[in-house]
Amino acid sequence: MKPICTRRKILQGLLALAGMALMPLQLFARNGAAFNATGADEAMRALFGDKSVTASEKVRLKAPDIAENGAVVPVTVTADIEGVQSISLVVVENPNPLSARFNLAPGGVPDISTRIKMGKSSEVIAAVETQSGVYTASTDIKVTIGGCGG
Amino acid sequence: MAKPVKIRAKLKNGIASVKALMPHPMETGSRKNAEGVVIAAHYIETVTCELGGKVVLTAQWGPSVSKNPYFAFKVPGAESGDTVKISWVDNLGESSSGETTLK
Repeated sequence: MKPICTRRKILQGLLALAGMALMPLQLFARNGAAFNATGADEAMRALFGDKSVTASEKVRLKAPDIAENGAVVPVTVTADIEGVQSISLVVVENPNPLSARFNLAPGGVPDISTRIKMGKSSEVIAAVETQSGVYTASTDIKVTIGGCGG
Repeated sequence: MAKPVKIRAKLKNGIASVKALMPHPMETGSRKNAEGVVIAAHYIETVTCELGGKVVLTAQWGPSVSKNPYFAFKVPGAESGDTVKISWVDNLGESSSGETTLK
């Protein structure tokens, strides 16, 4: 009878385990191209590929009209949409427009708050991604003091 | 060793409202110091949030998230006694985490 624990079997098992351990990492891997993009359109394309992008009133972006300090601009994104996979924040006029991307586990509540930096007055876009498409809301924020190097 | 993440979490109707503060410089790499030398980029790249050991939310950040980032979110399916854990890794490979228990 053949031994069950040959070295080959053990190595195969180890490889399989390593593969499983890597999978979730890949799922949540950082999208370098999107973060390095220097234009908002480029960043959106890198994030969402060919998915249709439409403005929707179901996405709400709460942010100040005028930010006194561009280094700390509080933003909140909520959405009345089922099956949200991710929420992304894009500051159109920043050198690298994509600021942050949040990936929700299935069944997650789309309600995110954070603070972002803005180099100058700019349009800010909140993009909410689902299986079927991308829904956005945007607002213009005036910055009186820049957040980058000012 | 980086400072731990500070977390506050409130449980209401099975939904946990989590607020976190992460002490971190979040340098963009485009600022200069008084001598005109560029300060190297140093910012949090990924954030992972776990509820009861299960990953419920991950975030990828660029350098344009504010210094000492504040981050709030909601998680459904939470129960009293569940642990909320938040950890981050920055572009220099440093990491830190923090956790709290839902009451």
